Amino acid sequence: MADQSSLASVEPVADKGRRMLLLAGTGAVGAVGAGFAAWPFVASWMPSARARVVGAPVEAYIGAMEPGQLVKVVWRGQTIGILRRTEEMVDNLSKINNQLRDPQSQVPEQQPSYAANEHRSIRPEFLVLNLHCTHLGCVPEFLPEVGAQPFEENWMGGFFCPCHKSKFDLAGRVYAGVPAPTNLIVPPYRFVDDEHVVIGVDPQGAA
Amino acid sequence: MSKPASNLARGVESFGNWVDRRLPVSAFWKAHISEYYAPKNFNAMYYFGSLATLMLVLQIVTGIFLTMHYKPSAVEAFASVEYIMRDVEWGWLIRYMHSTGASFFFILVYLHMFRGLMYGSYKSPRELVWILGVFIYLALMAEAFLGYVLPWGQMSYWGAQVIISLFGAVPVVGDVLVEWIRGDFFVSDATLNRFFALHVIAVPLALLALVVLHLAALHEVGSNNPDGVEIKKNKDTQGRPLDGIPFHPYYTVKDVFGVGVFLTLFAFVIFYAPEFGGLFLEPDNFNPADPQVTPPHIVPVWYFTPYYAILRAVPDKLMGVILMGAAIMVLFALPWLDRSKVKSIRYKGLGSKILLAVFAVAFVRLGMLGMGTGTAVETIESRIWTFVYFAFFILMPFVTKYEKTKPEPERVTK
Repeated sequence: MADQSSLASVEPVADKGRRMLLLAGTGAVGAVGAGFAAWPFVASWMPSARARVVGAPVEAYIGAMEPGQLVKVVWRGQTIGILRRTEEMVDNLSKINNQLRDPQSQVPEQQPSYAANEHRSIRPEFLVLNLHCTHLGCVPEFLPEVGAQPFEENWMGGFFCPCHKSKFDLAGRVYAGVPAPTNLIVPPYRFVDDEHVVIGVDPQGAA
Repeated sequence: MSKPASNLARGVESFGNWVDRRLPVSAFWKAHISEYYAPKNFNAMYYFGSLATLMLVLQIVTGIFLTMHYKPSAVEAFASVEYIMRDVEWGWLIRYMHSTGASFFFILVYLHMFRGLMYGSYKSPRELVWILGVFIYLALMAEAFLGYVLPWGQMSYWGAQVIISLFGAVPVVGDVLVEWIRGDFFVSDATLNRFFALHVIAVPLALLALVVLHLAALHEVGSNNPDGVEIKKNKDTQGRPLDGIPFHPYYTVKDVFGVGVFLTLFAFVIFYAPEFGGLFLEPDNFNPADPQVTPPHIVPVWYFTPYYAILRAVPDKLMGVILMGAAIMVLFALPWLDRSKVKSIRYKGLGSKILLAVFAVAFVRLGMLGMGTGTAVETIESRIWTFVYFAFFILMPFVTKYEKTKPEPERVTK
């Protein structure tokens, strides 16, 4: 009994400030440690080295393309379309600017700076386009003929997404009032010569 | 009685005591089963909670057996599911139990949630029971989506493509986020492999933990009932609720009957309509995934279509995603949106009854519209029902506060 009272008497008064400091310090250091420990697990979800290698640039032969022809290649699992536009197709582009959401390609993420123009390409004749709809990733149909369509009376040729009815013209520019928010993406590409194009790298000297 | 106890009976009893001194088995049994008092006026709407628990167990068991034959790789996944269906002994049954089970799980959960809406089971003191339930619902949706990707058919692939790209609507980090989720520059083997891991380990663990918490919270506050009367208000001299009966044997017997009826229905669908006319397993999913060919008509499975209809009703991608998210998240706020003095729809006013009925119609109708091809007419109708869906939650505080309610009885009615 005497022991108990003496025990109570020797017990130091709790130093609350010191306790808080230790708690906060331990907590803060622990949180930093937990963050570092979590990083490898979070980062393990990013594309692996193998996926990045498989995602390397691809080269396409365009020397035999007819005017008006669309060729599809696969880059990083995405369907990339190369369209050799006729002169009429190029001339028609400016006629529907008032029906489009972003006719001058001003949304910066949708194309490299060297394709931020009305025809959305380095050379007006060749359009290189990621064919996956910017709404939910479907591949729109290629409908190049001018003429009335069930979904658009004044159709000047373009791409029509069967999933949710988004419409794009022959430069991949999105019509106003459809689910897709932006123009189709122009991937980085460069012409090696007049017969070859490489998808996945910028032209030499371009940013 | 106790005199001629056999050696065996004494042995069992002393073993029981030995365990109880080390692990509170009989105390747990008493607290949660044999002396857990549930209201005596449960009706048929109270079958779905126990049936959903049964469904969870069935999904886990059939799922474990499916993993023994399934190959989570983009090259082998589709063929391995067909292998299960054709070559594995009874594989077709186990797979159909699992795939049909997913749809039945949602049928049960939707009925269970509707029961909560009818009888005000989310109201104080059961807010956490409800909130944990909404978390279970969210986990279940994640689990169902991940599972639907695994057979690697066309609808698996393009469903994953559509749902993952929803994250791309997030400002600034959207594109990186999408790449992070896929683990590649497109939906690929890496995506399938991690979805498999999430589907068989991570989400089921979370689901189990949430179900335990859901039940722990329920047993702390006690079950609601069709009258919305708190049975703990009236107790006998020994502290037992006058309107309560022990869960065992009364409700164990009742639930076993429910299980019998349910399993009969379940077996009927598994044997005669496992794909349910394309509603439980869509025809397009019997084609192997092809990243280059988009099916003309991508729709999620029926249990997601109400939200899909809301997503499609909005012409702006980010706003669509936000509205779809809000349609689910608003459920968390329900306990505080209902200002009524009474819990059960039986005693609420005409306004609440109309609201709930119209909300149910809106949910079903949105579900039907979400399966459509998305024509202009469907879009306009989806917008109207989306408006009605949210009106239910927006009007609830006003209607429940100002409407005339009937007095709640002191005791439960029969």
